Amino acid sequence: MSGFTGTMRLVRLALRRDRITLPAWTLGMAAFLAATTAMFEDSYTKHPELLAPDTQIVVENPGMRVLGLVTGPTVGGYTMHRDGLTLAVLAALMSVFAVVRHTRQSEELGREEMLGAGVVGRYASIGAAVIVALAANLVLAGLLGLGMIVAGQPVTGSLVAGISIALVGVAFTGVAAVTSQLASTTRGATGLAAAALGASFLLAATGNMLGTVDSAALRVTSAWPAWLSPIGWSQQMRPFADNLWWPAGLSALALGLLTSGAVLLAGRRDVGRGMWPERRGAARARPSLLSPSGLVWRLQRGALLGWAIGLVGFGLVFGALSEQIGGLEGAATEWYAAFGGDADLLGAYWASMMQVAGLAVAAYVVTLLLRLHHDEAQGTLEPVLGTAVSRLRWLSAYAVNALVGAALLVLLFAVAMVIAGGMVLGDTPSLLRDLVGAALVQLPAIAVLGAAVLALVMLLPRWSVGLSWVLVVFAIFVGPMFGPSLGLPSWLMDLSPFSHVPNAPAVSISPGPVVALVAVCAALAGVATLAMRRRDLALPA
Amino acid sequence: MTTAIAVSGLVKDFGSRTRALDHLDLRVEAGEVHGFLGPNGAGKTTTIRVLLGMLRADGGHVELLGGDPWRDAVALHRRLAYVPGEVNLWPNLTGGEVIDLLGELRGTLDASRREELVERFQLDPTKKIRAYSKGNRQKVALVAAFSSEVELYLLDEPTSGLDPLMEAVFQDVVQELRADGRSILLSSHILSEVEALCDRVTIIRAGRAAESGTFDDLRHLTRTSVVVDTTRPLEPVTRWPGVHDARVHGGHAEFSVDPGELNRVLGHLVDLEVRSMVTSPPTLEELFLRHYDEDIAGRGAGAVAEVVRAR
Repeated sequence: MSGFTGTMRLVRLALRRDRITLPAWTLGMAAFLAATTAMFEDSYTKHPELLAPDTQIVVENPGMRVLGLVTGPTVGGYTMHRDGLTLAVLAALMSVFAVVRHTRQSEELGREEMLGAGVVGRYASIGAAVIVALAANLVLAGLLGLGMIVAGQPVTGSLVAGISIALVGVAFTGVAAVTSQLASTTRGATGLAAAALGASFLLAATGNMLGTVDSAALRVTSAWPAWLSPIGWSQQMRPFADNLWWPAGLSALALGLLTSGAVLLAGRRDVGRGMWPERRGAARARPSLLSPSGLVWRLQRGALLGWAIGLVGFGLVFGALSEQIGGLEGAATEWYAAFGGDADLLGAYWASMMQVAGLAVAAYVVTLLLRLHHDEAQGTLEPVLGTAVSRLRWLSAYAVNALVGAALLVLLFAVAMVIAGGMVLGDTPSLLRDLVGAALVQLPAIAVLGAAVLALVMLLPRWSVGLSWVLVVFAIFVGPMFGPSLGLPSWLMDLSPFSHVPNAPAVSISPGPVVALVAVCAALAGVATLAMRRRDLALPA
Repeated sequence: MTTAIAVSGLVKDFGSRTRALDHLDLRVEAGEVHGFLGPNGAGKTTTIRVLLGMLRADGGHVELLGGDPWRDAVALHRRLAYVPGEVNLWPNLTGGEVIDLLGELRGTLDASRREELVERFQLDPTKKIRAYSKGNRQKVALVAAFSSEVELYLLDEPTSGLDPLMEAVFQDVVQELRADGRSILLSSHILSEVEALCDRVTIIRAGRAAESGTFDDLRHLTRTSVVVDTTRPLEPVTRWPGVHDARVHGGHAEFSVDPGELNRVLGHLVDLEVRSMVTSPPTLEELFLRHYDEDIAGRGAGAVAEVVRAR
């Protein structure tokens, strides 16, 4: 019996368990890409003269270069610049979740022990997880390529585009195989892989930002940091222009090395443990833990710290860019003009960055509030509600933590931008005043999304996780970041709470929309509270 | 107040098809240890969750410590402690932190009692919950519950993962609580434990109370088993009224007798010149298996029934 005996059986088990999850991920991403490609194809067929200037906007603007690498004026290339980063992150997350689900999570839940007692080798679950994730990425590559071909793009470019996105998933399959060996919990393994994804994005973004622009302003050549990142390698394939194949070898090599590393690590540790030993803790609880909000704070402080580090990093980078934005000329200014008017280009830039941070923090709030559902479904709610804690107090503990955490994160982002921006521009105090206001004005929109998640958890507990993420994606895509460039009607865009956030500091903050958002939030919270009081708890049997 | 738990005609449905509790009656007097027995899936955990206000009753009357468990949940929970059947705790907190947290949330943690119980249950409070075995997680929940001095303890299969030593500690603690006048509802599958601790029991089957009373009450309703040797042949035994499951071998017989017929059967036996005789009251296990038996027989399986008759 070798270390890989039983791998194919485990592959079949994993495919059976993922028969809905993985098709949903791959089809969803392909549908999204096909739809946006068709939209850009349609708009540039009507106005072909706009393609070159629009490409120049994203090439000349370092803030836009962060999103991707541009190679010449093509509809496919333009689409990949708009969608590429989102898709790359999603492909990475799909792969990380799949690998962790079939390795570390099944160990944490004790399933691995049952399987390991059968005729199954030590490395079979790593092998099976990697095979399943690779298969998903292969299907993803095909579906993405097909989506672009159907939307009228050249065949070779479409296929290269699909493969380039899937290769990010391939590289992070290897990353997750290693983090699953290092951390002893699902949360830890996913968190480490997510941190690697964040670093990978920062490297690619920095490389593109610092890259050189050709004389026609239609092509960017990345600086060296981009070459240290799987997202960077994916972009270097330059679909619809150079159609390079060899960067794919870098991702394949990374997968091979990382998977071998994971197998090596797995051979040196006990089942159920990570490489890092379990530490002992306090015999007595600190007073700060002894309340529902204290408990929630304790449960999520690690995640909050990770988000804080990420947002401070992005804040410093985006803040430092302020000087270059201030010096922008020509076509590149139009995008910001739409955000805050020509008069205050820098203000518009800051407003747009604050909104990006607001979206990210909303995602944090949603992950936190969905723990309410997990507490209930996994049964950790039972001992708490068996004590003198009311349902309302438990809900409030989460709401307070979500609000405080969100405020902390947007403020940290603002302060980081102020520090870096103040260094390049001077006049730190007035910048601080402007950006703190712009940060706080994000909170009502975030709170509306949070309250909607609470209502879902209380009204439809079984469906709440999926529906909440659908809601987040919907709010982002019909919101101000994507809605206008997708040409969506204004009534649809009005459905996103983010469409109502004042574009501070470019535009002064008007109380109307803020009050309206707070009112909607209160109404949703009221629905959640009423539903919560009426229903049975959905505890495990 | 003399009644800790008064449940009558309790109905709980899950969806339109599944009736988990079907007019259940349960009465626990103040100061008694009440055993709550029944096969898996009979509705024990559902009953306890209704008593805690986590599930809402669809019909019937439920009173806990004189209040309505759905409406007055928080006020009532200050006066009770609960050990869930499946102990789900936060994997990254230590056992000691969980004990303090749950006690504080209940509002009645007694610090010196906590120390004493950690010692008695030989619990290492510095380990993370995820590093504990099932039995040790259960010990965390037990110490957390018993560290609070409350009127009522609801214990849902609290000892299913404990070793015999810890089981003995658990029984000692429950005896002390009883001597102290506390009320305890103990759902359990460990019959020796129930027999040792409980004043009264309720046997629940398919969401209904099948029987309720003291052991003596229940035994009076049940047959006595007899093993007898006589000088004269025992063949007539099978024809006497009230005799069941008789196995006769010349002057040796084993059978069971209905409670009302025991005296008359003894009279007949004397006529056959008894040489030796053993009678034994039914054990709790037999009482219990009789109800399981009916349950299983209803589902069309016979294996356990054979075993019961062979006893």
